[in-house]
Amino acid sequence: MRVTQGCFSFLPDLTDEQISRQVQYCLGHGWAVNIEFTDDPHPRNNFWEMWGLPMFDLRDAAGVLMELNECRKVYGDRYIRLSAFDSSHGWESVRISFIVNRPKQEPGFRLERHEVNGRNIRYTTKSYAVDRPEGQRYGGS
Amino acid sequence: MNALAAADSGSAPVEQIDLRREFNEVGIGEVLDQLDRELIGLKPVKTRIREIASLLLIERIRKRMGLTSEVPTLHMSFTGNPGTGKTTVALRIASILHKLGFVRRGQVVSVTRDELVGQYIGHTAPKTKEILKKAMGGVLFIDEAYYLHRPDNERDYGQEAIEILLQVMESQREDLVVILAGYGDRMDKFFASNPGFRSRIAHHIDFPDYADDELFAIADLMLGEMNYKFTPDARDAFVRYIALRKTQPLFSNARSIRNALDRIRLRQANRLVADLDRVLTADDIMSIEPSDVLASRVFGAIQNP
Repeated sequence: MRVTQGCFSFLPDLTDEQISRQVQYCLGHGWAVNIEFTDDPHPRNNFWEMWGLPMFDLRDAAGVLMELNECRKVYGDRYIRLSAFDSSHGWESVRISFIVNRPKQEPGFRLERHEVNGRNIRYTTKSYAVDRPEGQRYGGS
Repeated sequence: MNALAAADSGSAPVEQIDLRREFNEVGIGEVLDQLDRELIGLKPVKTRIREIASLLLIERIRKRMGLTSEVPTLHMSFTGNPGTGKTTVALRIASILHKLGFVRRGQVVSVTRDELVGQYIGHTAPKTKEILKKAMGGVLFIDEAYYLHRPDNERDYGQEAIEILLQVMESQREDLVVILAGYGDRMDKFFASNPGFRSRIAHHIDFPDYADDELFAIADLMLGEMNYKFTPDARDAFVRYIALRKTQPLFSNARSIRNALDRIRLRQANRLVADLDRVLTADDIMSIEPSDVLASRVFGAIQNP
C-alpha cells in the first residue's frame, strides 16, 4: 500500500528534476530545507530522523540534491522526505514537506481491534513493516 | 515569413544566428567594458577573460544549434602578488558566467582555509560540504588556497578538504565553478604536491604587478570615487610616493595605495580641523594638498635612514 503523506503524495513519484524545481521554489522564498528519513511509516510518527543539519543560506537546489543523493546511498531502502522551514516572523514553521524516496515494497497497514469494557471495540492501525526491528524493515541491512 | 522564423526558433536546432544580436542579448559586452573601465592595467588578465567569454558565447550558440559538446571546465586559478585584484576579478567572472548561463545563480562564496578545514576528526567533511552547498550554482572563491595543504603535517585535515573539493569539482562541473587564488610561488608548490588540482583547472591566470603609472591611475580612480582630488603639487608628490613605497618591504600593490589614501585623508582632515577659524569651501574639503602626502613615513625613511 502506497503511503500518502505530505505534498504531491497522490502523484507519481517526483523525478530528480521535479524535486530540484520544488527545492528551488523553497530556496527562492528563503526557507531552510531539511532532509529526514524513517522506516516507521505510521502517519502519526512525527519523529523522523534528520540527515545532517537544516540547510540554511543555500542559493541553488544542486546543494540539496547532493545531500539527498548521499542520504539515498545510505538509507535508500527507507522513506526520505524533504521539508522546508520558514523562519520569518508569524510563520516559524514548516511550509512544505514531501516524500522523495520510498521503499520498493510497502507492506501497508493492518487494522487492530482492541476489546475494552465489555463489548466495546477500539481500533488502531499498525504498519506491517514495524513488526520487524528497526533497520531491517524494508529488506535493508 | 514571420511564421517561418517563429517555427525556426522553436526547440529544433537553429541554422543561423546573428552573432551581434546574441552578444547584445547576453549583455556581457557591458560587463567586459566595465572591466576595462574600472580595472586598470592587468592586460593579460583581461585578454584571458575576453577569450573565456568568447568561448562561452560560442559554446552557448553551439548548444542552440544542437552541436553537442561537453560542458567546458571553468575552474580557474588566479596567481599574483598581494593587491593585484584577484578577488575583484573573481567577482566579475562570476557575473560574466552568470550572464552567459554557465552558473545558475552567480553568487560568489569567498572562503579561506578556516571555513573549509575542521579542527578535529570528522569535522572537516561536513564543513567543506556546507560551503560547497552554499556555493552551488555560483562561484566558490578559495583565497590563499595553498594553506589547504600543509606538507609538514601528514595528519593535517586539509587533505580531506582537498579530496572532497576535487571530487565535487569533477562530478558537479555544471553546478559550481571553483576559483583558487594565491601568491604565485606558493601556488606552484601547492599544485606540485596536488597534481589532481592542476589538471582539473583549465585556466591558470597570472596577475602581473602594476606599473607606477597604473598605480597612480588606480589612486586617481579611488579618490574620484571618494570625492577627493589631488592638487597638481600633491599629484607630483604622490607620484614620488609611489616610486618610494614600491622599494620598501611589504608593498602590496593596489592595497597599499588604498591604505596610503586612507592615511592621507586622515591627515587632510586633521589639517582642516587644526584651523577652526577658517571658512571652508567644497573645494577645500575635496582637495588633497602636497603636505598631506609629504607627511608620510615613506618620505621620512629616506631622510633618516
